[in-house]
Amino acid sequence: MCLSLPARVLTVDGNMAEVSVGGAVFRAGLQMVEGVRPGDYVLLHAGFAIEKLKEDEALETLRLLDEIDGLVSG
Amino acid sequence: MKYVDEYRNGRHIARLAEMISREVSREYVFMEVCGGHTAAIHRFGIPSLLPPEVRLISGPGCPVCVTPARYIDMLVALASGGGVTVAMFGDLMRVPGSILTLAAARAAGADIRVVLSAHEALELALADPGRKVIFPAIGFETTAPGTAVTVMDAGKRGVDNFFVLSAHKVMPPAMEILLKEGTSLDGFICPGHVAVITGSSAFDFIPEKYGLACVVTGFEPADLLLAVLMLIRQVNSRSPRVETEYRRVVTRDGNTRAQGFMNEVFEHADTEWRGLGIIPSGGLTLRKRYRHLDAGEQFTVEVHEIQRDSGCLCGDILRGKITPADCPLFAGACTPDHPEGACMVSDEGSCNTWYKYHNHD
Ligand code: SF4
Repeated sequence: MCLSLPARVLTVDGNMAEVSVGGAVFRAGLQMVEGVRPGDYVLLHAGFAIEKLKEDEALETLRLLDEIDGLVSG
Repeated sequence: MKYVDEYRNGRHIARLAEMISREVSREYVFMEVCGGHTAAIHRFGIPSLLPPEVRLISGPGCPVCVTPARYIDMLVALASGGGVTVAMFGDLMRVPGSILTLAAARAAGADIRVVLSAHEALELALADPGRKVIFPAIGFETTAPGTAVTVMDAGKRGVDNFFVLSAHKVMPPAMEILLKEGTSLDGFICPGHVAVITGSSAFDFIPEKYGLACVVTGFEPADLLLAVLMLIRQVNSRSPRVETEYRRVVTRDGNTRAQGFMNEVFEHADTEWRGLGIIPSGGLTLRKRYRHLDAGEQFTVEVHEIQRDSGCLCGDILRGKITPADCPLFAGACTPDHPEGACMVSDEGSCNTWYKYHNHD
């Protein structure tokens, strides 16, 4: 129940969105997040989008992981 | 970018494990307080990737596990009363009350339905104005804003057959209780999804007052290992602070909109945590202005909690004092099919997680 999963926004209708978690479709209330559009990723928790995922920060963490990879093998 | 597979790269995982082994210089004990982290750590076999010097222990962060038996008893009484529907998360169904589980009450005719969100419970009330629908609100800061949004919605629409029985809890006071009790730790793997709402700054008191390392992290294997590495580095350099690995969703200040909804609807109250007792300001109750939607105010139920000692040690498990294998009932008298304690019921409970992922023959 405490699970929160990254979900891709399919459609937006006012305060409600349809989102997909690996193909399974759920409804998500959008009251807590601003300016969500189809194609965005949100964190889905108990029927609500609790945050938008930030692509730049996600890539930054991956860059850090690649750097560690380089450090150890290099 | 799918925000999942990218953090399961075997090469990253192997390198992080190597890096951790290189940098250990003493013994370390880190506590993960979120049940989601406990489940992920064991599902991905993280302990087997760590050197023996690094020990991960679980804390009190499974919302179902800390829901008191008395609360379950109240729900059983409410749902059995006639004219009342309890619309709740499925996780609550098999949690032992002091007498019955909600599953047993349902089998005996109580009107209990499973919903995926507070909003769905409100929809049930709107669809059948003749029924009173009660939503048992459990969960931490991650879940409470959704309840708040729904309560505000019901208030605005003037709905008079929807009620909330709040058992919401907040995490930082529980972490502080453990520290005050003298739990010996080097740092916390801070709850990532609580921090989405509260912001990482909610944990600042831990390095400031108690000098312990803190890393807010995600739920994929690379996230968890990177957090362990960051914690080890904080300990080694004697510079405890709150760092965030999970930057793709967590900020310093958190989701201020969600915080606003929570503040509008809830206030802090001293609250009972199963296994831990009353924690000062450890939970959320509805503010006076929403008392007409508060099931605790609008219904009178008599419950006589039966104190029985089954030998369940969930309290020690939630404090990180023992691991499930230390409980004499584990995998014998207590299994997921016949749970003695709430820690064996929930997918996020330590005992349930250990039962699933560890060899216990
Ligand atoms: S194994 Fe069962 S009885 Fe023992 S602490 Fe866990 S839930 Fe309680």
